[in-house]
Amino acid sequence: MNSKKVELLVGFFVALGIASLLFLALKVAGTNVSGSGDTYQLKAKFENIGGLKVRSAIKVGGVIVGRVEAITLDLEDYLPVVVLAIDKNYDNFPDTSSLSILTSGLLGEQYLGLTPGFIDETVEILGDGDYIEDTKSALVLEELIGQFLFSQGSE
Amino acid sequence: MNWIQHLGRNAIDRVAAIGRASMMLFGAIFGKPNFVKGFPLLVKQLYVVGVLSLIIILVSGLFIGMVLALQGYTVLVGYGAEGSLGQMVSLSLLRELGPVVTALLFAGRAGSALTAEIGLMKATEQLTSLEMMAVDPLKRIIAPRFWAGVISMPILALMFSSIGLLGGHLVGVEWLGVDSGGFWSVMQASVDFEKDVLNGVIKSIVFAIVVTWIAIFKGYDAIPTSEGISQATTQTVVQSSLAVLGFDFVLTALMFG
Amino acid sequence: MSEQNNTPAPLVELKNVTFSRGDRLIYDDISMSFPKGKVTAIMGPSGIGKTTLLRLIGGQLRPDSGEILVADKNIPSLSRSELYKAREKMSMLFQSGALFTEMSVFDNVAFPIREHTKLPEDIIRSMVLMKLESVGLRGARDLMPNELSGGMARRAALARSIALDPELIMYDEPFVGQDPISMGVLVRLIKSLNNSLNLTSIVVSHDVKELMSIADYIYIIAEKRVIGHGTKEQLLASESPLVQQFLKGEADGPVPFHFNASPLAEDLM
Repeated sequence: MNSKKVELLVGFFVALGIASLLFLALKVAGTNVSGSGDTYQLKAKFENIGGLKVRSAIKVGGVIVGRVEAITLDLEDYLPVVVLAIDKNYDNFPDTSSLSILTSGLLGEQYLGLTPGFIDETVEILGDGDYIEDTKSALVLEELIGQFLFSQGSE
Repeated sequence: MNWIQHLGRNAIDRVAAIGRASMMLFGAIFGKPNFVKGFPLLVKQLYVVGVLSLIIILVSGLFIGMVLALQGYTVLVGYGAEGSLGQMVSLSLLRELGPVVTALLFAGRAGSALTAEIGLMKATEQLTSLEMMAVDPLKRIIAPRFWAGVISMPILALMFSSIGLLGGHLVGVEWLGVDSGGFWSVMQASVDFEKDVLNGVIKSIVFAIVVTWIAIFKGYDAIPTSEGISQATTQTVVQSSLAVLGFDFVLTALMFG
Repeated sequence: MSEQNNTPAPLVELKNVTFSRGDRLIYDDISMSFPKGKVTAIMGPSGIGKTTLLRLIGGQLRPDSGEILVADKNIPSLSRSELYKAREKMSMLFQSGALFTEMSVFDNVAFPIREHTKLPEDIIRSMVLMKLESVGLRGARDLMPNELSGGMARRAALARSIALDPELIMYDEPFVGQDPISMGVLVRLIKSLNNSLNLTSIVVSHDVKELMSIADYIYIIAEKRVIGHGTKEQLLASESPLVQQFLKGEADGPVPFHFNASPLAEDLM
């Protein structure tokens, strides 16, 4: 085997290795270079976001319409603020829509369920950067049990 | 008293072998390297050790990823948690299966070949004849093979994990209908680049040093007969596989424990 | 054991060398000298460590005691780098030839030149072709070692060992396993290379007839020491029963047929 071919194959080998590392870094570990541009942002405040993570899905009736882009804490009222990136194709949700944190299956990951509200002439359509006011927080098991015990005790 | 004596002799032999192995490695990788002459030798060995192991690594990686997805799905779907499939497949591959299975396959494919090659060079007096030509066989034969092993194995492990994930995606998303976005997003939410990807790379560098070192030492130290070489080749595969599993436990305990 | 008076200054000299491997004593206080420009043969029954002797001279083994002088340098006392320097002047032809199996014949012969010199490739080419010509293998330059017959492999290895024009060349059992024709070729080559390149040759073998025809001086080793030495005529005239047994190839004699053992009757009881 001549040495040119060997060098070429070794070069190919190393390049493939670097490509794998990039694949693992970007696609798998999600060290994110900003996503595609055709989304717009909505924001929502929750009491408690539970296990919601960045890149969790946002679904309307089971259809994914966007993903969680960022989660921050508002330092004035100490409530978590979730930034949603919604696909540009779905750009007419009214500001009466509500958002709740749901769990897929018993042990599955958490996602955001968006329920579109009614539309009449007083209702505005949500645009880039608007807040969704009506939110339901994640169910935290300990709180549920606490409430249950409390209601049992008071009877 | 006989077995105590036996134990003692065994222990002395082991320690002596470790000493010889260390001397060999020391002689091979320290001292002034000659880049002009050494680089083509390294490239040649990268070809033999790395490129030629590519097929077995890629095929095994693909199938292991596919099996992981299939098995994971049947368990997770019982809890309605098949959305977490991506997390399960990616963490298994990156933290454990990628580095470990690559090292085991590498020991079988490249390690045994290294032992046999060096052992045969010894048996056919090629190593002695190099010495008599005033060429140091440690520098000329051992060093490029060692570095080639240490460089190729992490690369192979990265490829193994990548193709395994693609295999998992193929089965999980294309065949079993897990949501593609969910597959990747759960994965991205749970995989940390430093903690998972880089720790996997560190593991496979450690395995690479262990496996390659054992392989070249077994060849270099082989009894120069056909029986001695076949014994050495077997020992390479057995001992390096056991060493990989042992080191894997220690490293996992240190990294994730 | 009379001193030679008309031999040139020795290139290699062993003085009171004792060597043992583990508990087994191989050489017990032997002294030899190998004159410059001559072919010296070392004969002896197999299994007495004749190859070991060459390794001692090459510095791959260290004696327990005694001096091994090559060109006035005491090999066992040299540092690693000095030893490698000294080895550039010597060369050894191994029993198997020890050609590098992954290179062609041409590259094998070019190997020591490329390793130790920075000559341009066209000069290396003509040097290699000349060396191959001298062993009659110029036409086989592109073959791989596994395509050569045993005799050709040994000749190719010989071309490689003379590639850098060494002062000393050591042959380790060059005639083993050769058919009569290639044996004749090798015998002629050893003699003619010795004369034309002004080499000093040490040939280790137990092929009495072949060695007798080319050696200027002969040592016979048995039982850990030199049992006889001299020119061919001196040896043939020797009265030592050991020497006579070896030269005539008798099965039993002072060198016993049996490996050391307790009496048979005792073993069978």
